[in-house]
Amino acid sequence: MKTKTSLTDTLLPPVTILVMGAAMYMALVGAPNDADQGPVQRIFYVHMAMWLATFSAFGLVGLASLLYLVKKTEVWDRVGRAGAELGLLFCTLGLATGSIWAKPIWGTWWTWDPRLTLTLVLWMIYAAYLLLRNLVNDPQQGASLAAILGVSGVADLYLINRAVYWWRGIHPAVVVNKEGGTGLHDPAMRAALILSLLAFFLLFTWLLRLRLQSARLQGDVDRMRDRLAPGY
Amino acid sequence: MLTLIWKDLLIELRTKETVASLLLLGLLLLVVLSFAFDPTSPLRKEAAPGVLWVAIIFAGTSGINRSLLREREQSCLQGLLLAPVDRGTIYLAKTIANLLFMLAALCVLVPLFIFFFNLPFVTTIVRLLPVLLLAVTGFSAIGTLFAAVSLQTRAREVMLPLLMLPLSTPLFLGAVEASAALLAGDPLGAVAHWLQLIAVFDLVFLVVGWLTFEYAVVD
Repeated sequence: MKTKTSLTDTLLPPVTILVMGAAMYMALVGAPNDADQGPVQRIFYVHMAMWLATFSAFGLVGLASLLYLVKKTEVWDRVGRAGAELGLLFCTLGLATGSIWAKPIWGTWWTWDPRLTLTLVLWMIYAAYLLLRNLVNDPQQGASLAAILGVSGVADLYLINRAVYWWRGIHPAVVVNKEGGTGLHDPAMRAALILSLLAFFLLFTWLLRLRLQSARLQGDVDRMRDRLAPGY
Repeated sequence: MLTLIWKDLLIELRTKETVASLLLLGLLLLVVLSFAFDPTSPLRKEAAPGVLWVAIIFAGTSGINRSLLREREQSCLQGLLLAPVDRGTIYLAKTIANLLFMLAALCVLVPLFIFFFNLPFVTTIVRLLPVLLLAVTGFSAIGTLFAAVSLQTRAREVMLPLLMLPLSTPLFLGAVEASAALLAGDPLGAVAHWLQLIAVFDLVFLVVGWLTFEYAVVD
């Protein structure tokens, strides 16, 4: 059996590496130091990009779960699983970079800010999603069960969002990072952010494709083994 | 559907195992959690709603697990699935039965909670009633769905809380915050947004459970 190599597969790795290199150069060298925070603020470019990848991945899990329940095609199950794995990876990295940034700036590794709480709850939901798949013997059934959780997770997202914001809403606002959004006045800073967002998004796409390919091959191997030695 | 609910109630009336275990576990948690706070400290009063809800969550989780595990013993679930009823209806019947079990346990747990924390009896019950009803409905809606899911896994008992607790974050946040405000004497209007959130949560998970339950129980 031969795996087709499409144009995207050929181009994606070098383009990702190039953009990532450019993003790192801009973030570490090209962009000026932040006026208040100094060099520490440079972690922001990476941190922000993690969130784009995380939310793309978890959104993908929700969509794939819904499509799997409706259509029952294996491909959506693979997309859901790959999305959850990558989402969890980027979510962990996002929490870690955020924590490293928070220590010198907020003076603490962790605070129960609504956004942090929301992210931690999300992390737990998708960790349970992956755990669930590993604890079911029949892979097809595992896929259905995980898809139920994937759909519930998306349905829940809005409610968790409301709840944690209301929960902390009465308290004085925790220091909110003002660098984001309209805070970036320097064009070099803005370029660093855009490049970094693009770079990590490309990295996410690349990893997703690799993961899907390996899942498809794994499926092929399982099917062949089933035919050659049923019951093993 | 009424038949299905009646079947669960009848079994429960005869064995009394779900409600009894719910009650004892809830009581135990109330007592153990009370140890965590110095009886003279003002913190105790503030911790009260948290203690009540932790007791409800843990007792409820194992109670719901028990009620679905019972279906699996002697392949009762297969019998149910063979019956000419929609899977969604089975889910709703099971959810209502679990809700009734939890409410029965609460009839004893809440007075005990009031007793241990030295709160005014009638006012506390009247104030907490809407929060309790709404939140326990959501709890049994999400609990029944994910108990059916975790039933199919290898680590059943551990899986239910792992799946359910992160998803029910908004429910518990709402319940604890609303109870705390109501116990402190705020009017019902002041917690209306929390009650609304819990009601929306109930509705979302009743619909999700009703639609997806059939995928959770297929063999």
